[in-house]
Amino acid sequence: MADLKTDKVLQVELVAADRLVWSGQATMVIARTTEGDVGILPNHAPLLSSIIEGVVDVQTTDGETWIAAVDAGFLSVADNRVSILSERAEMSHEIDLEKARQDLERAQSSGENDDAAAEAVRRAEARIRAAERAS
Amino acid sequence: MALSVREYRARIKSTESMKKITRAMELIAASRIIKAQQRAQAAAPYARELTRAVSAVATFSNVDHALTLEPEDPKRAAILIVTSDRGLAGAYSSSVLKEAERLIEKLKGEGKDVDIYISARKGEAYFKFRQRAIARAWTGHSDQPTYDVAAEIGATLIETFLDEEGADEVHVVYTRFRSMLSQEPTAVRLLPLEVVEGTEAPEKDDLLPLYEFEPSPSDVLDSLLPRYVQSRIFFALLQAAASELAARQKAMKSATDNADELIKKYKRIANQARQAGITQEISEIVGGVNALADAQAGSE
Repeated sequence: MADLKTDKVLQVELVAADRLVWSGQATMVIARTTEGDVGILPNHAPLLSSIIEGVVDVQTTDGETWIAAVDAGFLSVADNRVSILSERAEMSHEIDLEKARQDLERAQSSGENDDAAAEAVRRAEARIRAAERAS
Repeated sequence: MALSVREYRARIKSTESMKKITRAMELIAASRIIKAQQRAQAAAPYARELTRAVSAVATFSNVDHALTLEPEDPKRAAILIVTSDRGLAGAYSSSVLKEAERLIEKLKGEGKDVDIYISARKGEAYFKFRQRAIARAWTGHSDQPTYDVAAEIGATLIETFLDEEGADEVHVVYTRFRSMLSQEPTAVRLLPLEVVEGTEAPEKDDLLPLYEFEPSPSDVLDSLLPRYVQSRIFFALLQAAASELAARQKAMKSATDNADELIKKYKRIANQARQAGITQEISEIVGGVNALADAQAGSE
């Protein structure tokens, strides 16, 4: 394990539909797939997976951690390249916590009980979590 | 020289203020094109990664998906026509509509019914004026399309494609932005999907690895393909936006040039009229003086 870490790093790209949100090198990526959280370390087997609204955690090579809130999308891993694709993605420092809280309240109190409402709740929760953990 | 100097002056003035407007619009369009191009560029990584993922799934699994199946006997086609919300862009909207008409004729010739879906007001107005049915129109975003609009359009088109009664194939007609000087109306078939002809195919030598799919290839494909369709529509909208602005800039530039020429012409005519007026006044004065002199000479 140790020798893997020394010479291999992950090339990470977080891509939203209308822009490249972040790209750089990292030692670990954690994302939430439809099956549960998945952690990616260097030399991970090629993987293509759907992710749901949640928080993406990335530990960069300089020891920092950044967090982003993403919508449903994809995670693809191959040859130490990790791409996270999502229609919308926001880095934690871009999120307006107040607004996210209001969104959550609105989503919860809308009274609708379908997939779209559940999605809105999950999205708002993910944004709040991302913003809170970063601060 | 039917008009007086005053009337020519008024014309020069109004042409000048028109020129100011067209010049301003030209500059605005020029500055927005750069933004539109940047947006198109910013959206490229997403499209590229999606295309990669789709070709990975298509290569390593034999899962058939409803969106890639060729219907056996296509009876109904849907067309999405991407026009502009505002005019003053030269032949931009009309050349897209011409291309669309050509496609509609062709599809009708193949015995298919055609449903028309429209993005932006000019196209909507065109079909409404001719009292032709529009299945659905989205308006108000043509020069700054957002992904949300593309997602909504994509969802609607996918829905009609998957519906038994709905369309069996979906086409998109939009204007492709080749350069600032050339934009080309293009028609492409969106559904059923042909994955290989992506906008940016992955390079030949970069071999696709053997992916593990989670939860399963068909589930991944299920959520991948609709996004792929939406991203293609987003791409078309962004290209159309850049083309619209380029067309507008060109149209406004030639309008400004024309105004310049008109002003020059009117100024010349006005000066001629002014000189003619002066000449006439002088000859009247001279004539009057002569007449007076003659009268005085006669009375002496």
